[in-house]
Amino acid sequence: MSEGEMAQLMEEVEEKKKLIAIIRNKPWRMKRRLVLLREAQQFVDKFEGALGKGKGRKWYAYKVMMTKKWIKFQRDFENFRTACIPWERKIKEVESHFGSSVASYFIFLRWMYGMNLVLFGFTFGLVVIPEVLMGLPYGSIPRKTVPRPEQPTAQDYSVLMDFNGYCKYSVLFYGYYNDQRTIGLLKFRLPLSYLMVGIGTFGYSLMVVIRTMAKNADVGGGDGEEGEFTFAWKMFTSWDYLIGNAETADNKYASITTSFKESIVDEQENQKDENIHLRRFLRVLANFLITCSLGGSGYLIYFVVKRSQEFATRDDLSWYEKNELEIIMSLLGLVCPPLFETIAELEDYHPRIALKWQLGRIFALFLGNLYTFLFALFDEVNTKLLEEEGIKNASIWALKEYYANYSMMMNDSEATPPPMDPSDVIRGPCWETAVGIEFVKLTVSDIQVTYLTILIGDFARAVIVRFLNYCWCWDLEAGFPSYGEFDISGNVLGLVFNQGMIWMGAFFAPGLVGINVLRLLSSMYYQCWAVMATNVPHERVFKASKSNNFYMGLLLLILFLSLLPVVYTIMTLPPSFDCGPFSGKTKMFDVIMETIDLDLPAFMGTLFSYAANPGLIIPAVLLMVLAIYYLNSVSEAYQNSNMELKKKMQMARDEEKNRRNNTDSTNQVMKDLEDLLPNRSLAPPAPPEPEKKPEPEAKPTKTKPGAAGKGVNLQKDVALATPNPNARGPVRQPPGPRGPGPGPGPGQGRGRGRGPPPR
Amino acid sequence: MGNKQTIFTDEQLDAYQDCTFFTRKEILRLHGRYHELAPHLVPMDYTNDPDCKLPLALIVNMPELKENPFRNRIVESFSEDGMGNLSFNEFVDMFSVLSEMAPRELKAIYAFKIYDFNVDNYLCKEDLEKTLNKLTKEELTPEEVELVCEKTIEEADLDGDNKLSYADFENMITRAPDFLSTFHIRI
Repeated sequence: MSEGEMAQLMEEVEEKKKLIAIIRNKPWRMKRRLVLLREAQQFVDKFEGALGKGKGRKWYAYKVMMTKKWIKFQRDFENFRTACIPWERKIKEVESHFGSSVASYFIFLRWMYGMNLVLFGFTFGLVVIPEVLMGLPYGSIPRKTVPRPEQPTAQDYSVLMDFNGYCKYSVLFYGYYNDQRTIGLLKFRLPLSYLMVGIGTFGYSLMVVIRTMAKNADVGGGDGEEGEFTFAWKMFTSWDYLIGNAETADNKYASITTSFKESIVDEQENQKDENIHLRRFLRVLANFLITCSLGGSGYLIYFVVKRSQEFATRDDLSWYEKNELEIIMSLLGLVCPPLFETIAELEDYHPRIALKWQLGRIFALFLGNLYTFLFALFDEVNTKLLEEEGIKNASIWALKEYYANYSMMMNDSEATPPPMDPSDVIRGPCWETAVGIEFVKLTVSDIQVTYLTILIGDFARAVIVRFLNYCWCWDLEAGFPSYGEFDISGNVLGLVFNQGMIWMGAFFAPGLVGINVLRLLSSMYYQCWAVMATNVPHERVFKASKSNNFYMGLLLLILFLSLLPVVYTIMTLPPSFDCGPFSGKTKMFDVIMETIDLDLPAFMGTLFSYAANPGLIIPAVLLMVLAIYYLNSVSEAYQNSNMELKKKMQMARDEEKNRRNNTDSTNQVMKDLEDLLPNRSLAPPAPPEPEKKPEPEAKPTKTKPGAAGKGVNLQKDVALATPNPNARGPVRQPPGPRGPGPGPGPGQGRGRGRGPPPR
Repeated sequence: MGNKQTIFTDEQLDAYQDCTFFTRKEILRLHGRYHELAPHLVPMDYTNDPDCKLPLALIVNMPELKENPFRNRIVESFSEDGMGNLSFNEFVDMFSVLSEMAPRELKAIYAFKIYDFNVDNYLCKEDLEKTLNKLTKEELTPEEVELVCEKTIEEADLDGDNKLSYADFENMITRAPDFLSTFHIRI
C-alpha cells in the first residue's frame, strides 16, 4: 500500500472513530445509528490492523490495544459512578410533584453532600486517624487530658452539649493534636499533614465549584435579552416535562394561563408609570429601611458577642445566657428575610427582579452577620493571646514549685521527680480550640433552628390547617395560612452559608466536617419527607433563570470570604504554646519551613529560598497582571467580532426574505430533520389510505423544491432515509444516481464502508 | 459487574451505550419498564432483535408521560411510522433525547418535531394554536389565542413567511434560559 493510500486510509479511520464518539448526538433513528455504528466499528477494526504495517507496527498495535482498554475502563467507571449516585428515586418523586425548580434544591443538596464527603475523607484519613492510631493516647500529656478542676463535671450532659469537658479534649478540636514532628513507625508528619489538609480543603472546594460552574455555564443559554422572545419562550419552554402528578399539572396549567394573561395585558396596555417620583421615593425609602435593619442586626450581634465574653467569666449562667449568641444569630436569619420581603412590597418591581433584590439582601444580611461574628471572635482571640503570656510564666513557676515540693518530700535533692500528673499542669487558654468550639456551637444551633422551623413552620401549620379546617369560620386551606410553599432561595442560601461556616471552622475543629456530613445526610431525608408531606407546589413559578450559576457564584464568593480568616490566622497569629500541632512555633506555616529544611534534599531548600525572594515574586505578580489585561482585551475583541457576525447573520436573513422561493437547503440539520419525518408506509393500514410508496432509493428529494411553489410540501415527497428492511422485500437497487452532497443512506451505504468513498 | 443478564448480548449493550446517553444499568432498567407495559407482548430475550412494537395508548399511560399535554406528539415524533407505535429502540431513543445529558441542539430538533402538529416541518399558526390550547387547557379566549400566536410568530419569524421554520425555532429556543431544564424527563 502506497503512502498516499495509507494516509487516506488513516484519515478514514479517524473519521469513523470520530463518528463513533459523537453518534449519540446525531438526530437519527435508533436503527440507523446502530447500523452505522456497527459498520464504523467493523471498518475501524479491519483497517486499524492493516495500518500497522511497517516499522512501528508493534508500537502501533500496542497503542491501539491500550486505547481500547482505556475506553472500556472509562465506560465501566462511568457505569460504576452513575450506579453510586444516591437518592435518584427520591429526587424523581419530588420532581414529578413539584417541578424542576424545587427539585433543583435537592440536587444542589446532593452535590454538597458529595463534596463534603470527600472533604471528610481527607480530614478523617489524613489527620484524625493518624493521630488516633499512631499518636499518644488520651491522658498521657497535658493537652490531651481534662484538667483537674474540670474533671468532676467533665461527663455532665450539659457540659458535653456545650462541647466542653471530654468533648473539648478529643479529636474533634485543634487542641488535642500533638506537635511531634513525626509520629509512629511510618514517621507520619502530623503537623505538616494538618496544615496541608487545611489548605487542601480550600483547594479542592475551589476546583470543584469552578468545574461545576463551567459545566453550568453552557446551560445558561447565552445572552438572550429579557424581552426578546417573551411569548415564544412562554409557549415553548413553560411546560415542565418532569411533572408527573395530576395536582401539580393542574397547578401548572393555571399558572401558565395566568402568565399568558399577564403578558397579554402588559402588551396591550403598554404600561407607563403614572407617578415616577412616588415610585422612586418609595424605593429609596425601602432601601434606607433595609440598610437600617442590616446595620441594626450587625450591631446586635457585636453587642451579644461582647456580652458572651463577659459571661465567660461568670459561672452562674442560665441556659439562655449560655447560648445567647447562637440563638440571636439564628433568629436574625429567621426574622429578617420576611421583613425584607414586606419592605420590598413598597418597591413594586417585576417579580423576577424583586427576587434578585431579595436574594442580594439576604446575602448581605448573612455576610454581615458572619463577619461581625468573626471580628468579635478575633477580639476574643487577641485577649486570649495576651492571657497566654501570663499563664506561660505561671505554669513554669508551678512546675518549679512542684519539683521543689517533691524534693522536699523525698528529702533527696538528687532524685529525678516523676513528671507532673497531666491533669495538674496549668493549661493555657488555647484560643484555637475556643474558636473551633464557637463554630461548632453555631453550626449545631443552626441545624436545630432549621429543623425546628420546618417542624413548626411547615408541619404544625399543615396539621393545623388540615384538622382545624373542619371547625373554622373561613377556609383555612384556601385563605390565610394555607399550606406552605417550599422556599427555594431561602433554603439554598442557608445551605451556602452553612458551608461557609464549615470552611471557616474546619481548620480549628477537624470534627466539624464530619458533623456537617451527618447534617446533610439527615437533612436530605427530613426535607424530602417535609416537602412531600406538608408543602404545595408553587402558584407562580419563576426561577431566577440562570439560578444554578447564580448559587454557584455565591458559593464561590463565600469560599473566598471564608478563606481569608483562615489564611490570616495561619500567616499572622501565633499558635498557642501548649496545644495543637503547631504549639511552640512562632507562626503556623513554620511547619513548612521546617519540612523544607529537614526533610527535603538541600537543593530544594535553596530553590525555595530563591523562589521566595521578593525580586522574583514582584516580576511574577506583574506578569500575571499583564496576562489578565491581555486576556481581557482578547475577550473584548471576541465579543466585538461576535456582534459583527450576529449583524451579518441578521442581514443575510433579511436578504433571504426576498429570495425565499429559490433557496436550496444545504443545511445538514435541515436534511436530518427531514429524514426524521415519519414513514407513512409503515403505519398499519388505516382505512382508505392509498399506500404511499416512497421511492426505493429514499434519497432526500427535498433538495429540489421546485415542485412546490411556496416552501416545500414535504408530506408527500419525503420518506425516511432508512427504508425499513423488514417491511419491504429485498428490492435493493444498486445505489444509482445519487444526488450531489452527502446523502446518508445507510441502507444502501454499502459504498461507505468499503475503501475510499466515491467522491 | 455481573454478566448474569440474558436480555441483551454484551455487544448489544455496548452498542446501546454508544448510541444513547444511558449506562448499562439504565438500559436494562428501561427494558424492564418497556416490558412491564405489556408483559405478554414484549419478549424478555432481545438477543436476536425481535420486532415488537407497543401501541401509543400503552406508552402514553406511563407515569412520566401521563400528565404531559404533549404526550401524544412526543411518542409520535419518535415512532418510525408516525402513529406512535414504538419499538424498544425508539423507546430508548425517546428517553435518551429527553434525558439530562442530551445536548441542546439535539433537544431543539425534537422539540420542533413535537410542536409540529401537522407534520409539515413548519410551525404554522394552527400548530401554535394547538400548542397554546393544550398548554392552557383552552382557558384563553379566541382573541387572546390569536394575539399570542401572532406575537410569537412576530418575535421568532426571521424569514417573513408567517410561520416558523426550523432555523427560526432553533434561533429562538437556544437562547431560552429554561429550555434545557424543562425539556427533560427523568426515567
